[in-house]
Amino acid sequence: MAEIKVEQLRHVYSPQTPFERTAIEAVSLILPQGQFVGVLGHTGSGKSTFIQHLNALLLPSGGRVLCDGEDINRDKVSRRDIKWKVGLVFQYPEYQLFEETVYKDIAFGPGNMGLSKEEIDERVREAAGFVGVEALLDRSPLELSGGQKRRVAIAGVIAMRPEVLVLDEPTAGLDPEGCGQILDNIRAYKARTGATVLVVSHDMDASAALAERLLVFNEGRLVMDGPPEEIFSQPERLTGMGLDVPRPTAIAMALRRQGLRLPGAVYTHAQLKAGLLAAAREAERGAGPC
Amino acid sequence: MLKDITLGQFFPGDTLVHRLDPRTKLLLVTVFIVALFTAAGWMGYGLCVLAFAGCTALSKIRLRAFFKGLKPMIFIIVLTALLNLFYTRGTPILPGWIITWEGIGRAVKMVLRILLLVMGTFLLTYTTSPMALTDGLELLLNPLKKLRLPIHEMTLMMSMALRFIPTLIEETDRIMSAQRARGADFETGGLVRRAKALLPILVPLIVSSFNRAYDLATAMESRCYHGGEGRSRMKQLKLAGIDLAALAVGAAFLALAFILKKYGV
Repeated sequence: MAEIKVEQLRHVYSPQTPFERTAIEAVSLILPQGQFVGVLGHTGSGKSTFIQHLNALLLPSGGRVLCDGEDINRDKVSRRDIKWKVGLVFQYPEYQLFEETVYKDIAFGPGNMGLSKEEIDERVREAAGFVGVEALLDRSPLELSGGQKRRVAIAGVIAMRPEVLVLDEPTAGLDPEGCGQILDNIRAYKARTGATVLVVSHDMDASAALAERLLVFNEGRLVMDGPPEEIFSQPERLTGMGLDVPRPTAIAMALRRQGLRLPGAVYTHAQLKAGLLAAAREAERGAGPC
Repeated sequence: MLKDITLGQFFPGDTLVHRLDPRTKLLLVTVFIVALFTAAGWMGYGLCVLAFAGCTALSKIRLRAFFKGLKPMIFIIVLTALLNLFYTRGTPILPGWIITWEGIGRAVKMVLRILLLVMGTFLLTYTTSPMALTDGLELLLNPLKKLRLPIHEMTLMMSMALRFIPTLIEETDRIMSAQRARGADFETGGLVRRAKALLPILVPLIVSSFNRAYDLATAMESRCYHGGEGRSRMKQLKLAGIDLAALAVGAAFLALAFILKKYGV
């Protein structure tokens, strides 16, 4: 099982040129096995740079990334092996499909791991099952719909059976049905394998509903790190960083501005409903105008 | 990193060289190249060095930028120098040596010629935006439209190609990272293995380039683009006083180069 530890991570793009830019600075955290983590932050906040350090695609300019106590950037071998442990699905992953059939494309990762044919076959079918594309295995990836392509690309990473699955905006540009399917697939993978899952997302409602821990990046720093109830109890801080808040939180904020008293953190519809009912009861008891 | 490629990079600025009309600059570069190839003696080469140094000083472009762009040329420059050094007949510098005084002279001249040729064109792209450059080229080549050559279409394609270089580099970077995350290995193995390893990059890149081209065509079509005929410009290019002055200096420079050539110095 994999525990990821990040210590004082720093990354500078194009060092010693006029285009030098520090993308992340002083990021430290521990990701225990099995957490469902949401990563928030607007464009350019450093979240994409951060996740590319988790499987040694980018090398730190300072600080370390440890997997089970070992530096993942120790040598060439460790940098390669970490890719099987930490699977990274990029934004719009459907653009990286290249094989003639869905089956071959999903088999690309396991093939690079040097597994036997039987093992590869088993993993491809398993991964296809997770995302529900078993029926498409012999088709060309180019004939599929956008949502199907996306799920095939995710299967290509899942087939490596990563203990940590990182997804950058997995639902971007999909219709609501496609979004729901992908999130269900990710949940199913986590439930079956006990993997750690990191999802970078702009969709606050999905993050609030799924994640047990949220990381908020702003201007290259990890500025908030905690469970959703803690993060969403300070909605003004999020909007101050140019981030959205979940819709129930936005409604609660508007109602509070009107003078209604609602409990601390509101980020699901159920909490909003409960808060409103409590407020209504209080008003009925004659506690004063709301 | 692929991102660090400087190819026809434009350094914005507001110097005399930057302000010149792109047509003037294109003509002056042509004049410069002609002079460079007429130069025979040391005086001729000296004149070209002086002209280049003067323009560079006016443009305030740092010499380091030129050296960075010259890096890919190092091999050809060294090869030229060595060939000329060893294969020119004449008086040996020491009795019995293969290296001759004439060889040294020719080697220096040839290297100088390549350097100035490349750096002169760099000065053009460093001080002229790609858009201005293609606009200037189109206007200069306009007379050829009489011969039914599709000049407008050709320059449009050129500016599009320039415009999409950074986009494609970015895309390549992204696809490479994505395949590397799936354990693709581009660095080890023999030639065949490495060529095969390029497939997972090239196929998605070509597919997306085609899609991009279709999208671009649709976007142009839906804005009623129909080629160059009757098309007006937002930025009209006009030759100003400094352009005429610069062209006069260019003409004088070329005349001087021919005179030096005539006397063989």
